[in-house]
Amino acid sequence: MSGPQREQVPVTARALAWERRRRALAGFWREYARNRAGLFGLVGLSVFVVLAVAAPLFVDPGELSVTGAPGRAHQPPSLAYPLGTDTFGRSVLDLVVWGARISLTVGFLATAMSVALGTLIGIVAGHFGGWTSAVLMRVTDWFLVLPPLVLAVALAAVMTRSTLTIIIAIGVTVWPATARLVRAQTLAVEARPYIERAWALGAGHAHVMRRHVLPNVMPVVLAQTTLLVATSIIAESTLAFLGLGDPSTISWGGILQDARNAGAVSSGIWWYMVPPGLAIALVALSFTLCGRALEGVLNPKLRERR
Amino acid sequence: MTANAERMDAAAPAALTPVLSAEGLHVAFKGRGRRGSARAVDGVDLDVHAGEIVALVGESGCGKTTLARALLGLERPTAGRVAFEGEPLRYGMRPLKTYRRRVQLVLQDPSGSLNPRHTVYDAVAEGLRIHEGHTADERDRVAAALSRSGLRPPERFFLSYPHELSGGQRQRVVIAGALVLEPEVIVADEPVASLDASVRGEILGLLLRLRDELGLSALVVTHDLGLAWNIADRAAVMYLGRVVEVGPVEEVLASPRHPYTRALLSVLPESGADSPVILSGEPPDPTRVPAGCRFHARCQVLGSGQADAAGVAGRCRSEDPGVLSGGTATQVACHWANA
Ligand SMILES: Nc1ncnc2c1ncn2[C@@H]1O[C@H](COP(=O)(O)OP(=O)(O)OP(=O)(O)O)[C@@H](O)[C@H]1O
Ligand SMILES: [Mg+2]
Repeated sequence: MSGPQREQVPVTARALAWERRRRALAGFWREYARNRAGLFGLVGLSVFVVLAVAAPLFVDPGELSVTGAPGRAHQPPSLAYPLGTDTFGRSVLDLVVWGARISLTVGFLATAMSVALGTLIGIVAGHFGGWTSAVLMRVTDWFLVLPPLVLAVALAAVMTRSTLTIIIAIGVTVWPATARLVRAQTLAVEARPYIERAWALGAGHAHVMRRHVLPNVMPVVLAQTTLLVATSIIAESTLAFLGLGDPSTISWGGILQDARNAGAVSSGIWWYMVPPGLAIALVALSFTLCGRALEGVLNPKLRERR
Repeated sequence: MTANAERMDAAAPAALTPVLSAEGLHVAFKGRGRRGSARAVDGVDLDVHAGEIVALVGESGCGKTTLARALLGLERPTAGRVAFEGEPLRYGMRPLKTYRRRVQLVLQDPSGSLNPRHTVYDAVAEGLRIHEGHTADERDRVAAALSRSGLRPPERFFLSYPHELSGGQRQRVVIAGALVLEPEVIVADEPVASLDASVRGEILGLLLRLRDELGLSALVVTHDLGLAWNIADRAAVMYLGRVVEVGPVEEVLASPRHPYTRALLSVLPESGADSPVILSGEPPDPTRVPAGCRFHARCQVLGSGQADAAGVAGRCRSEDPGVLSGGTATQVACHWANA
């Protein structure tokens, strides 16, 4: 034994797993980068996320309170206030930047909740079939035919007014689509011979669902997740616009509601309405672009269908 | 075929309890619409003894895969039972898991039986993880199983995905995944059907070597009689859900007695038959099993009048020859051959 031996292959199972993940990620990125629109969406998304996270660095929360407003009401855009001021004299730019925090938080959390719920229900229904499936799918269908906005409005009206309520209201209403999708995918996966091999090796339900169904369902779910974030952000804005949001927080929908209440439309105060509306549209667009690109990479078959 | 003869001498004595056996096994699939139920396995008694390789031959659709799946407990028999070491198989989650550690199935389709998202390492380690969780020596055992299956050096294949492998390599991965648990019995459903001749030989050689080294028993499903001849100690010929002839390969394949076995053999170029027997009549349909001998409508012996001459033609049409019992004796389910 002279000198160290060069290992071409990692030694432990853990190292193997990491190596495999690294390769998969590199390949994934190569594919994703080919999609121009997807890159665009990713850039847009990064800008919003960075703005939201870094907002406290250049926005003073004190100036966002109604009492601490630095300007006069309804000032048009100027150097001091690039997007003008609102009814209370607050900088609209600051409001929009700060509003990204709530919008993104609600979007991500509501999506996480509905995806977790939808995936769990979809996999369980698809895997066990029979009775379990019938009951779960009936419930899903019930939620599916309820107009989501009406349900969310009802929930938000019944529960205390808080951001958490909004998250729950959105999360509860958007999961059925995920559940249906996941169930269909689960059924397709369960028909594959490798599931039979897993059973023959002695696998139990948990093993089959976790090691075989979930990884094969994940790509579709991931792509849909990204699309759902857009839906959730719009839903959050809608609820806030309808006055069902938490009045003490600043969100894009809330700004829009304030603008409408202030008669911004009739008095032509465009700088009060356009920025938050544009922000909603841009974030939703970024997520949608990313979602479509992900879909294309993870599930080439879907690309042709859409 | 001296090797074959030697192996016969080494075969386990018939008196011992078979490791794996089917006892009066029936599997029927419910029919859709107006079709009756399909009696895919329609009464099979079959024993596999320790250290024995049994070949199950028969044409496509005769129920070989269904029988193999029923032996693993993947299909519940509608009647009869599967016994392992004399004990009837129990279908609870836990007893099945224990059972499936000792008996392994190699599926018909090697490409489909590997999850495309799992690496070779994961695919082979799967059985280990199911039964033992993550163990310290997992990597060594996976490597050993891979190299035993002929994938050498094993490390080179660890991170490959199934789509990066050839069909033969995939089949070896599947076999390695079965071997890593050190089973006592392997049920292999057409293990080499998708492979070319050279790889075929290697995989069969592997099965034989495992039998010799580890005392493995195997039920090898195939529709290739040459293959059965090369590796098996005993052969069972299946027709329409039932074993119609069973016995040592030398007897079944060298001097077949059932007209169906003769017809199967006559189409082999090396069989030396004067002319291949072309079976007439419709291909068998498990939803409509004929009365009498299930083969009678297509039987060349009955058709040519030989059965009539032997005076059994009436029985062929009306009387079921019955289910052949297990054990190692040569048996044939044919009125004419038994006359
Ligand atoms: N899940 C099922 N539902 C209904 N019928 C089935 C099912 N599985 C098999 N069958 C029927 O049972 C019969 C036997 O099928 P099986 O797959 O066991 O044949 P096989 O001998 O393995 O054929 P091959 O050599 O082509 O693999 C066929 O007629 C088939 O149509
Ligand atoms: Mg088959």
